[in-house]
Amino acid sequence: MDFNDTPDEAEFRAEARAWLERNAEPKTPGAVYKYKRGEPELIPAARAWEAKKFEGGFAGIALPKEYGGRGETRLQQIIFAEEEADFLIPPPIFSISHGMAVPTMLTYATEEQKQRYVPATLRGDEIWCQLFSEPAGGSDLAGLRTRAVRDGDDWVINGQKIWTSGAHYADMAIMVTRSDPEAPKHKGLTYFFFDMKSPGIDIRPIRQISGYANFNEVFMTDLRIPDSQRLGDVGQGWQVAITTLMNERVSSGIRPAPDFEDIFALARTTELENGPAIADAAVREKLADWYIKAQGVKLIRARLMTALSRGERPGPENSVSKLVSSFRRQEIAHFGMDLLDMGGGIMDPEMAPMRAMYQQALLDAPGGRIAAGSDEILRNIISERVLGLPPDIRVDKELPFDQLPSGS
Amino acid sequence: MNFDFSEEQYLLRDQARKFLDDRSPPAAVRAVLEDEAIAYDQGLWRGMAELGWVGTTVPEEYGGAGLSGEDLCVIAEELGRTLAPTPFSSSVYLATEALLMAGSELQKQQYLPALAAGERIGCMAVSEGVGVANAASMQTLAIDGVIEGTKVPVADGDVADFAVVLAGPGGGGDPSLFLVDLDDHSVSRKPVEMIDPTRSHVEITFDKAGAEPLGEAGQGWTITRAVFDRAAILMAFEQVGGAQACLDMATEYARNRFAFGRAIGSFQAIKHKLADIYIATELARANAYYGAWALATDAPDLPTAAAAARVAASEAYNLAARENIQTHGGMGFTWEFDCHLYYRRAKLLSLALGGERLWKDRLVSHLEARNSGGEV
Ligand SMILES: Cc1cc2nc3c(=O)[nH]c(=O)nc-3n(C[C@H](O)[C@H](O)[C@H](O)COP(=O)(O)OP(=O)(O)OC[C@H]3O[C@@H](n4cnc5c(N)ncnc54)[C@H](O)[C@@H]3O)c2cc1C
Repeated sequence: MDFNDTPDEAEFRAEARAWLERNAEPKTPGAVYKYKRGEPELIPAARAWEAKKFEGGFAGIALPKEYGGRGETRLQQIIFAEEEADFLIPPPIFSISHGMAVPTMLTYATEEQKQRYVPATLRGDEIWCQLFSEPAGGSDLAGLRTRAVRDGDDWVINGQKIWTSGAHYADMAIMVTRSDPEAPKHKGLTYFFFDMKSPGIDIRPIRQISGYANFNEVFMTDLRIPDSQRLGDVGQGWQVAITTLMNERVSSGIRPAPDFEDIFALARTTELENGPAIADAAVREKLADWYIKAQGVKLIRARLMTALSRGERPGPENSVSKLVSSFRRQEIAHFGMDLLDMGGGIMDPEMAPMRAMYQQALLDAPGGRIAAGSDEILRNIISERVLGLPPDIRVDKELPFDQLPSGS
Repeated sequence: MNFDFSEEQYLLRDQARKFLDDRSPPAAVRAVLEDEAIAYDQGLWRGMAELGWVGTTVPEEYGGAGLSGEDLCVIAEELGRTLAPTPFSSSVYLATEALLMAGSELQKQQYLPALAAGERIGCMAVSEGVGVANAASMQTLAIDGVIEGTKVPVADGDVADFAVVLAGPGGGGDPSLFLVDLDDHSVSRKPVEMIDPTRSHVEITFDKAGAEPLGEAGQGWTITRAVFDRAAILMAFEQVGGAQACLDMATEYARNRFAFGRAIGSFQAIKHKLADIYIATELARANAYYGAWALATDAPDLPTAAAAARVAASEAYNLAARENIQTHGGMGFTWEFDCHLYYRRAKLLSLALGGERLWKDRLVSHLEARNSGGEV
């Protein structure tokens, strides 16, 4: 066992670090990026950051050079993400574009389409959103109902998507639709990409519990998409969607605050009734707990990197990291506020430590346990795909979609 | 053995439930949430005063209903269930209780009738910002009958007429309690953004404000603790009411929301989650009921009962509110659904009289003292 990078990896890490030091501000515990999600200044700043990485040769690290990438491996990509996490960079506005849209386009789009869209996306010119979830299709994505009907060289789309992060600023979209309601639910789906400025799209922001609106309802009325923008065969939308979801941010180094370092810093600087919080046994017990979780997740990533460096594919074990991290964030926010005692409920960033990081995280953390595979779905994945336990009895797989029980 | 509320108390509960379902529906709570200019629901407050709730435990000689702490607990549970956005806890559990406990005869005559009628509103100002308040850290000072310093956050400080203020004598001595008129020109109040905007909080700055001693000099902490103990029991009922509301919402949603061709409530992950909330809520309820008995009988065990009720209720409500969101999936994460109103309130209540960590510590200290035969 050896935690040191190989000479190649070390060289890449040093180069990445040197570049980041020249181009971004280092992160100290408790520090946050200047723009939050929901602030209009964030979008141009995030685009500019992607453009800077593109110019510096750090965009699409694992993607082929002919599409604007760097032509290295996933391992290098993770090394860069790890280093990037030590700097104050914009929240991940581009994670869907780079982590989902680009890999799906590279697998299913025509050569011409790849040339047209992939470099532009890596450069930060085009932001993508993911039009998957619907009112009747969240955890059960294949329950979606948005209709796609063939009309000459086009498809005509009618229906509603929901929870679409960034639809209000996205330039492009990937979308799964139902093209055959009489087929069993996973067999009647078809996948497209399209321009979000097309006629027939109505975007309505949904406010989250924090009050910001980062996700949206997207209504489509007679939206026309050329058949040339179909990805995969008609009726094969489920397989294409799986490709997209498999690529969902594999353990990027980004750790939404507060994480262990932040709560550790808070414990060191907060006075309790008998002295500094860090000296209190109950606080120390929590800190120990969160350290082993943070460290465990980091080391699981090291195992993932090892697997990648051997050319193996990452398995569903990564669900562990997502589960642990999103719940831990909620717990840390909860406990951090408790440490501040009667003043813990103050949200004013001028008064609350670390610009109210804990209070804001308390309102943001619940979303992390629902989006991109809820806690419950991830536990099902671990028990069924890792442990090999028998799956839930399914009542919905074989019947024609339009005959399924829906509760309404 | 009869560990239950009386028939009259069940009637009171039914009356409270009906009134609050009618007068404090989610729309009324939202009106306070959405509009910064609305500090609390004044119509609701007047209605509660007319029903005599505000003066429940105030003796009849001071214009109250002269009922017991148990009756107030019954009302508190319903207030928690409906998130009633009023200064009830500040004025009733804190200011009124402090006067009942430590006020002179003259002060009682002067303050209690208007408090019991809901015509005047009181609040209590202890905290001085983030961090644990204690004698050593106390910056607010009362010297020669005037107070100087800043208290934050003060719940309902914007709408209160007067505050019960904890202030030190300077030189690290033991603090005392004072009554301060908040309309005094030497008092300034600034709204503070809180995790739960349905309950308004302010920062109060006293710039040599006239202060009238409440209770014995140097007994400020002792009285505050005793007031907080009683308030902890009442607040535990609010928390149990809130936790129950979350459990009801989550159960209802789990029954009706379909995924994979079945109700999500048919998945054991959801079933067990809801069963766990039920268990936590029932444990909290049992501890709160014991607290109600201690409150009504002034039992020597009250501090222990209070700490146990508070710890159990804070845990139950925070769990219920958090997992209610989770059960609702994306819907639970929206402003429009009511899940977050409870999530915010759960957190606020578990901090209001001091955090969970502190109360766990106090609970164990009480138990230690009890087991060694000593007093706390
Ligand atoms: C912040 C945020 C951003 C999002 N961004 C996007 C986006 O950009 N694009 C997009 O398409 N979608 C997005 N989503 C949607 C997200 O994918 C769904 O919310 C998620 O899949 C859950 O679906 P649902 O909300 O319909 O909840 P449901 O599926 O109705 O789940 C409700 C509850 O039931 C549980 N449950 C469901 N099935 C099972 C089961 N089989 N066993 C046990 N428990 C189960 C769930 O875990 C949950 O607790 C986002 C969501 C959030 C919160």
